[in-house]
Amino acid sequence: MSVLTVSSLAKRYRRGGKPFAAVDDVSFEINPAETLAVAGPSGSGKSTIAKLVLRLIEPDAGRIDFEGQDLLALSGATLRAKRAKVQMVFQDPLAAFNPRATVARVLDDPLRTHNIASRADRPRRIAALLERVGLDAGLAARAIHEISGGQRQRVAIARAIATRPSLIVLDEAVSALDVSVRGQILELLLDLQRQERIAYLFISHDLGVIRAVAHRVVILDAGRIAESGDARDVIAKPQSAIGKALVAATPRLIRNRP
Amino acid sequence: MNWLRHFFRTPEAVAGALILALLAAMALAAPLLFPGDPQAIAGPALLPPFQDWSLPLGTDRLGRDVLAELFHGARTSLAVGLAAAAAALLIGAVVGTLAGFAGGLIDEALMRITDAFQTVPSFLLALAFVSIVGPSLGVVVAAITLGAWTGPARVARAEVLSIRERDYVAGARVIGMHPLEIAFREVLPNALPPVLALSSVIVAAAILTEAALSFLGLGDPNRVTWGGMISEGRTVLRTAPFLSIVPGVALVLTVLGVYLAGEGVVESTAVRRSLS
Repeated sequence: MSVLTVSSLAKRYRRGGKPFAAVDDVSFEINPAETLAVAGPSGSGKSTIAKLVLRLIEPDAGRIDFEGQDLLALSGATLRAKRAKVQMVFQDPLAAFNPRATVARVLDDPLRTHNIASRADRPRRIAALLERVGLDAGLAARAIHEISGGQRQRVAIARAIATRPSLIVLDEAVSALDVSVRGQILELLLDLQRQERIAYLFISHDLGVIRAVAHRVVILDAGRIAESGDARDVIAKPQSAIGKALVAATPRLIRNRP
Repeated sequence: MNWLRHFFRTPEAVAGALILALLAAMALAAPLLFPGDPQAIAGPALLPPFQDWSLPLGTDRLGRDVLAELFHGARTSLAVGLAAAAAALLIGAVVGTLAGFAGGLIDEALMRITDAFQTVPSFLLALAFVSIVGPSLGVVVAAITLGAWTGPARVARAEVLSIRERDYVAGARVIGMHPLEIAFREVLPNALPPVLALSSVIVAAAILTEAALSFLGLGDPNRVTWGGMISEGRTVLRTAPFLSIVPGVALVLTVLGVYLAGEGVVESTAVRRSLS
């Protein structure tokens, strides 16, 4: 059974008084331990899909089923409880955390909110989470703005896996990182996926990264799915005009890979 | 403490801090230097200042020690000013955060209430409240708070409206945090700096309002207040002007000190923010 099934999802905004479809009739599904990439140019609706799946905004039409349950039917406390299973990593790891927070507090939030560990047990859990993402447990006492961008994104991943989710939405999660750090973070994500069988909804404009980590890809154009399929196939032989344009925009990455 | 260095760089801030420190020292030392009731008769009536060194600032119409009254009045002014400002900032921050974060009907309702309070002049509001409930220190503080919380509420709401769109608020929702916890733990502390910047203006206004209420005879009758002293002195303004001038000068200096120190804090934190 798929982890996430999205059917005929639609979201319209008003831009200058005229309605405009940010997401229009989008359907896809993600299986356990699978990475589905969503690619597309800026404004194609990638991030809107992420927010819809996370119930940060409400769709105008369509259905979101998560582990066989209608996600859109949940509200209040039941929705908050379900959120443990669908987590997110943001693009800018600095903006994604309360500027006053320490690393320990950031990781304490999900453990406390979902009663995963007792108060006395939490410091140990926090240390274990930090070690799981390859960070020193001593980092817990540091303020979020004191650590490096790569470390911060690792903390974001630790926060996302704290509640043992079955799906993590990665919204341009490696786009703001420099190239050397990006590779390490992608390695960590793949490793977590193998061990914990987490599914990823991987949102990115970078086809090189998508080719490296994603099983399947959906290419969006103006809110609609232009094409979808196996990530390597689509990137090797894009059928749609937008797919060709995206591939053409990243020639160097494609050529460097055998 | 880098911002302390920035704070003491501007002469205005230093002057303000000195005045405030002096005032605080006066307030704290009052019961030690002038034990007993400052409203008790201490000597002949209407003794001019600098005549008798046991009563350096002379005595008022009833023979009470003006210097002792001045020191004890500093206690009232500071207590009322700080308590009213603290209450106004607290209520304003909570109301503004709720309105800005909840949006919709709650926002509309809370902001219309804020409007209603803002359309009535705050002094009239305080006047009406004290004359209905009766003058005591707590009532005076509540009366001043009633007219002062709207400013912080508006500023807090505006700040919350911008903060609630940030990623970390979305992140807290993704975690499954309760909306009230997000509002008061994630959003409110980050919305506070511009709200706290209002505190000097509010403290200054509160001290003036308290003095004005006392001047009209609506202060706590069991406490010496500078406003009450000015009011007392008014009846003998031609023969003994110092009775009004001394507390008047104290009042002006206090408000000036609060304002200058407050500006200094705002300036130095602004520098710190732009540097970080």
